[in-house]
Amino acid sequence: MRRVAITHVAQSSGAESRESLMDFTYQINREILDKAGLKREDVGCIIAGSADIFHSGLSCANAFDWDGIGAFLKEGSRAEESAMSFIYGCMRILSGHYDTVLVTALVKGSENPDNDPITSFYGDPFYLRPVGINESVVAAMQMRQYMERYKVTEEQCAKVAVKNLANALFNPYADRKRRVSLKDVMSSERVYDPLKALECAPKSDGVVSVLLASESRAKKLTKKPVWFAGYGCSMDHFNPGDRDLLNGQLKTAAAAAYKMAGVRDPKKKIDVAEVCEPYAFQELLWCEQLGFCGEGGGGKLIDSGATQMDGALPVNPSGGVLATNPYPARGLYRIAEAALQIKGEAGEHQVGKKVKTALAHSTHGFGGQCHSVVILSA
Amino acid sequence: MSKEEYRIVKGQVMVPYELALGRTWSEFYDYLKEEKIMGKKCGKCSRVLVPPRSFCPRCFEDMDEWVEVSQEGVVETWVYVNMPFFAQEIKIPFISAQIRLDGSDTGFIHQVAGIDLSDFDSVRETVKLGGRVKAVWSKEKKGNILDIAYFEPVK
Ligand SMILES: [Zn+2]
Repeated sequence: MRRVAITHVAQSSGAESRESLMDFTYQINREILDKAGLKREDVGCIIAGSADIFHSGLSCANAFDWDGIGAFLKEGSRAEESAMSFIYGCMRILSGHYDTVLVTALVKGSENPDNDPITSFYGDPFYLRPVGINESVVAAMQMRQYMERYKVTEEQCAKVAVKNLANALFNPYADRKRRVSLKDVMSSERVYDPLKALECAPKSDGVVSVLLASESRAKKLTKKPVWFAGYGCSMDHFNPGDRDLLNGQLKTAAAAAYKMAGVRDPKKKIDVAEVCEPYAFQELLWCEQLGFCGEGGGGKLIDSGATQMDGALPVNPSGGVLATNPYPARGLYRIAEAALQIKGEAGEHQVGKKVKTALAHSTHGFGGQCHSVVILSA
Repeated sequence: MSKEEYRIVKGQVMVPYELALGRTWSEFYDYLKEEKIMGKKCGKCSRVLVPPRSFCPRCFEDMDEWVEVSQEGVVETWVYVNMPFFAQEIKIPFISAQIRLDGSDTGFIHQVAGIDLSDFDSVRETVKLGGRVKAVWSKEKKGNILDIAYFEPVK
């Protein structure tokens, strides 16, 4: 099979930008082409990750962003979940049709309504929406079951926010920059009890791009290609009441990605993980389902310090989604950060250990309805 | 021009939709008007789904058999919502809960109310995982999910 590499990465800060979405998009995509020494005409095809009406107030937002990506007069497509944009991009190279693909994801969260009214539209208008559901409501339901079933404490959940926001202080692109103590998190407003305000992700701006290339092209473009090694994705039932909220589809997605990448023992093989945790406790639950610890062991995992920046398996050295949440782009941010860790180019939030294999995860939908797992290797 | 001088445009989008409930959900809401909570039973896996579907999403087969489920059930999980959000018509604080109605195999999402919601500590004493609740009906029926006003703890 052909191999695909990430050759270059560019990302914007998650803080509010006063640029228009088109200009904001152009700046990062111009930056990645300059880094690679390519012209727009040199890129094979373009895959975008963006969500139009709800996340931008524009229908067919791709028409507005398209110029900023340099995508007009080219083959291009778009997915609403940016981890899927990534895999579509890989496939255009794997199929042998292109040697380079530019994958980008973009949103200006600062311009649109809060996450809760937007995610309430995930629910159908006949049943779920009228009873007041949104992503935070389902996450809080999931958290209460998680604590009850496995005796994970509220403090252990809150520790994820303490860790990730501390990591974010070393990430120049992070949006929420604030050192918080366990007490700060525990005493922050109980917005959706048991969820507290500092355990919920903010709403951020963000444009992120990765340049993909075939093996022969990648070796000419960079000294440090990051190889695409595995991918898995799985989707659960639409209705949260049809599922076990603590046993969703992440295990299935991870198993597929590990199989493709030849990862037998993820706990040993994965050097660093960038996990999508819009709610603090979800990092613990996702770590269990990714096989970083046993079922119900998420609380002990955070207590052990293993997932800290200098731990045995650092999770979210970038600060994760709790620090920066450019909603439809956050999956590609995880992939870009995982690639930077392998390249050794993450700057002040580069983890202490040598990184050969990294995992990136993305999720969307109520309580992790859909999960994608990407494995990258040096 | 400094960054502060860049201008913004304020916008709001309001467009009407007409979304079909389909036969099964229309019938489900007609039953609610009669104060009956009906599910559909899968002939293959025997699960009873509430709200009902015209097909079993797991077996991917038609579901033809209507069954009435209990108006009482068990709280599987709950959340104390104390955060207003745009277009949400339910006044805060309210409790959103997933309830396993007796005789059904799915979680039914609705509100738990009929208790003093102002004091969170007392709410925690009253609403518990595994606690039993029962449906309280709205006096005026509109043929929608809010014909069940809420579920209240069984004393
Ligand atoms: Zn069935």
